[in-house]
Amino acid sequence: MIPLSWYLIFAAILFCVGLYGVLVRKNAIAILMGIELMLNSINVNLIAFWRYRSSDGIAGQAFAIIVFAVAAAEVAVGLALIISIYRRRSSVVADDMNMMKW
Amino acid sequence: MTAEQLIFIIVAVVTLVAGVSVVTSRNLIHSALWLILTLFGVAIFYVLLDAGFFAVIQVIVYIGAIAILFIFAAMLTRRVMQDTGPQTNPNWWLGVLIALLLFAGIAFILINWQGFTSSAPELTNPSGRINQLGLALVSPNQYVLPFELASVLLVAGMIGAIFVAGEKKQ
Repeated sequence: MIPLSWYLIFAAILFCVGLYGVLVRKNAIAILMGIELMLNSINVNLIAFWRYRSSDGIAGQAFAIIVFAVAAAEVAVGLALIISIYRRRSSVVADDMNMMKW
Repeated sequence: MTAEQLIFIIVAVVTLVAGVSVVTSRNLIHSALWLILTLFGVAIFYVLLDAGFFAVIQVIVYIGAIAILFIFAAMLTRRVMQDTGPQTNPNWWLGVLIALLLFAGIAFILINWQGFTSSAPELTNPSGRINQLGLALVSPNQYVLPFELASVLLVAGMIGAIFVAGEKKQ
């Protein structure tokens, strides 16, 4: 039997890897990939807590479904923004997207 | 060590190696392919957690839609970030430091939590779970409002993506 701690540690490591990607990568698409890793680790946590702590209810699974929907919408809009910026400025480097910087 | 634990360790190692490769590989297409492997590993975890439905929608939604969208975006913006120059910020060590600090904080809180090493209770009525989830998502007493809001969000995201990325006709 797998203890809950294994899932939580795994999800924490995956979250930190995703955070590193978000903070460090230059390419905006790679930053979105880091966000995907973080959202996945959150979902693992939600399902693990559901299974180990409250498997009589359904709340954890319902939360995870909503996270899936939000992740899909976020990626669609984020990639559309990146492609739009690429059309105008021929760059996907996050540092170059400073036209709204004051 | 039981077979379940062995499967867990193998899948966890493969998934974490793939996850590190996502954030470190220079070629964005390779990153997207490693991302697919990571998402598969997470889908296996859902199976281990008796949530087979989530493994299926992980494969359909994440790998079938999101990862393919990433590959398309990487192909559409290919010319600019080729394999020259650094792929990371000059102060990448700060990112490593913040990530390690966050992991240390999470680990500290988890280790002091008494339910940390709890084992899974017996799952009652495992085959009725999907039925229960479906009913909960449309029941007015439970999650019908977040469910409908999620559908509105998806429509808004779709229209917004088409509007933002579509060609503007002057």
